[in-house]
This record gives sequence, C-alpha cells and structure tokens, in this order.
Amino acid sequence: MYISDSIATFGRYLQLMWRVLALPERWRMFGREYVKEMASLGVDSLGIVVLISFFIGAVICIQIKLNIASPWMPGWTTGYTTREIMLLEFSSSIMCLILAGKVGSNIASEIGTMKVTQQIDALEIMGVNSASFVILPKIAALITMIPFLVIFSALMGFIGAYATSLVGVINVDDVTAGLQHDFNQWYVWMSLIKSLFFAFIISSVSAFYGYTVEGGSFDVGKASTDAVVSSSILILFSDIFLTSMLS
Amino acid sequence: MIELKQIRKAFDGREVLKGIDAVFEDGKTNLIIGQSGSGKTVLIKNVVGLYVPTSGQVLYDGRDINAMTKKEKALIHREMGMIFQSAALFDSMSVLENVMFPLDMFSDMNTADRIKRAKYCLSRVNLAGAEDKFPGEISGGMQKRAAIARAIALNPKYLFCDEPNSGLDPKTSIVIDQLIHSITKEYNMTTVVNTHDMNSVMGIGEKIIYLANGVKEWEGTKDQIMSSTNESLNSFIFASDLFRKVKEANH
Repeated sequence: MYISDSIATFGRYLQLMWRVLALPERWRMFGREYVKEMASLGVDSLGIVVLISFFIGAVICIQIKLNIASPWMPGWTTGYTTREIMLLEFSSSIMCLILAGKVGSNIASEIGTMKVTQQIDALEIMGVNSASFVILPKIAALITMIPFLVIFSALMGFIGAYATSLVGVINVDDVTAGLQHDFNQWYVWMSLIKSLFFAFIISSVSAFYGYTVEGGSFDVGKASTDAVVSSSILILFSDIFLTSMLS
Repeated sequence: MIELKQIRKAFDGREVLKGIDAVFEDGKTNLIIGQSGSGKTVLIKNVVGLYVPTSGQVLYDGRDINAMTKKEKALIHREMGMIFQSAALFDSMSVLENVMFPLDMFSDMNTADRIKRAKYCLSRVNLAGAEDKFPGEISGGMQKRAAIARAIALNPKYLFCDEPNSGLDPKTSIVIDQLIHSITKEYNMTTVVNTHDMNSVMGIGEKIIYLANGVKEWEGTKDQIMSSTNESLNSFIFASDLFRKVKEANH
C-alpha cells in the first residue's frame, strides 16, 4: 500500500514536472517572475545562511581544538579540518537542509495558498500554463542563487573559524595555515555541483506539494510540512549518491 | 452561445451532475441557481474546462471544448473571463498589475497602451484611484470589482461568475450584479452566473436554471419563477419570509 502510494505520488510529480518544464509563454513575464524569485528565495536567505555558517564554522573550530588537537598533531589540523567540513558537507548539504526548511516551506505554502484561493484556477481559465508560470521561475531562481549561497556559507564558516582565534581559543597562525593547507579546488566544484541538485529537489518537491493541495489552510500547513520532510529526506539520500559519484 | 449536452460528472463513483442539458445565449445574463451542494460550482467548472465531464459535451459555438487540441483550448480560454467566489486576485500584485496581467500575457500592446487599457477597465468598475493598492488592502466588494476589471481586460466573449456576491453586504451585492449585467450588455457577452442570492435572481436573471441534487429541475425567466409550480424550486426560492410575502402580494 505504502509502496504503491509512493509510486503514484512519484508519477504525479513527474507529470507536474513535464508541465513545468515547458517553454514560458511570455519570456518578459518569465523574466519578471525569475528576478522576483531570485530576490525572494536567494537574497532573502542570505541572512540566515551567513548567520548559521559563521557560528557553525566557529563551533566546529572550537570543538576540533578541544577534542582532537594534541601535541602529536600539527597545529594547522584544526583550521584544515574546519575548512574541509565546511566545504565538503556543511556549505552544500547541511546548508541545503536548512534552506529546505526556510525556502521549501515558503514555496509550498505560497503555491498552496494560491491553489486554495483559486489563483491557480484563475491562471488556467486565462489559458496560462499555471504549473510552468508559477513553478518554473522558482526552480530556475533557486538553481541560479544556490552557488552564491554555498560560496557565502563557506566563506562565513572560514571567517567564523578565524574569529575564534581573535578571542584566543586558537592560535591565529595555526588557523591561517590550516585554512590554506593542501587546498583541493575540486572540493569547491563538488560542493557547487551537489548544491545544484539539492536546489532542484527543494524547489520542485516543495512546489509539487503546494500545487497539489486540496482543501483549506490546514492542508496548506500540512503540505508545507510534507514538503520540508520530503525535501530533507531526498537531499540526504541523494547526498550519499552524489558524494560517492563525485569523490 | 454555449450549449451543454447531457453533462455528467462523478467523483470516486459519486455522481454530482446527472445529465445536464442547457443553452446559455449570447448577450444574456444566464443564472445557475440551487442550494449549496446542488452541483453549481462543479457545473461551471465543467463548462470552463477546469473539470472534464465524465460524459457529455460542452459546446462553444458548436465546438466541444473537451475535444479541442491544447492550443485550441488555450485560445478559447483567452476568450473567457471568470470571477471567482474569492475574487482570486494575485496577492503579490497590485490592483493595476492584476488587471494588466492578461494584457501582459496575451496582448501585443506596448506598456503605455496596456496601462491605459487596465486603467480604463478599473474606471469602468469604479475603482479608479485603487491602482497601487494590493488585494489585501481593499474590501471584499472592491476585490470583486477588481476581479471584474481583470476579467474584461481582454474583451472576453464569455464571462463566468461563481457566486460573485458571496460574503458581500446586500447593497454591494446589487452594485456587483448591476455591473455584471451592464458589462454583459455592453460587450454582448455570454454571461453565466452561479448564485443562491435571490436578489440577483430577481435583479439580473434573464435566463435561470435551477439545479437540485445534480439534476436540472427547472428552467425559465425571472418573471416565470414567481408563478412556478415546481415544489423543489418554490421551497428554495421562497424559503425566506420576504420572498414568500412578495409572492403572496403578487397573487
């Protein structure tokens, strides 16, 4: 029963994506919505990304210093480990999990409200492909903005780690050396590539839950929760595959 | 002209519409009346193509909307305007942007002409001055008027209204009814209004269809309704003391 329901839901998701990935009817209108969504989904998320990344970078650095550092380890280990954790997992996967909560619930509740207040029906009556008009700019905007958010996240994590040296937790030269030690550029690309997949998952899955809402405000709330839970689970699963494929 | 032939619609095996035949004529305000749950909204959604009937045909000037290609369907939708129960204005857009939306999507006018046309439509529904307000900042009656302005922006051939007076006070309801009626005449549109508001029936009902439990029970004009002997219709129409007294006074 559960498996057949899941397959049916996946089928409906694919059907919706088939409608979403149609060419926009008016590029002018698509462009307007696209820019609006880049601001709403990307720029408006910058604050939370910066704040969380700064503190997580700082905390990782402190934890490693306290738990791993020993006289047998080189001084740069703390900074180096912080950098690798930020680049390889936090700035792409964990940050996208956080965004699944913020952006995913935003997308699902916005589209869900449009559905229950008949705004989606109004678009259909006008002869507009509502799925493409409402969802495509959101997917395109999040995919465009996510690399910038990932880069900001990593940078803020490094700054957070560096900040711990300013309050005397760790030696400033050790952090600087660690952040620069044995840098592998591919890790940045890997992080960016993974985030593009996660951005598609967050935006399309959340939009699916919002677009298929039936009922009222209670159902919009439920769709919003389902969107966050499903996006998070899919991000975690795909992270395993992407990491093993890209490493 | 819109013609319905034996429209049936079932959800999960439960039949909501049980073979509706009807004709909605050009230049007339056609009313679909009936109690809540009688199938009015389902019928109008079948007519506009939001639902596909289980069986039967919806003919627009002889062409079945459900047999049309995707492109033909999109074109016929551009000839429709619809006013929803909740007005269904786009929250994220101002009143002016809402009215401009169909023009932005489907007209080749330049920006100045689109703004001019949208402002004309807003003035036609007495909403001049509310252009920059957002739907959340205006009253329910103003939202309905803005929805009418958006519906007529592209000079539609067909206008559909799903309970346009729902949630409005009697005075505002009359204003909305008169507006729909005068616009119907002005543009010679085929207008179909879903309502259970008896003031609308008596005020603008040129042709009335009465639905009960998914069946067309009665069809006629507002003058014929007063002398109808259909029991189900009479129990619906004359449920209120006021209309009962009007009927008694007429007799």
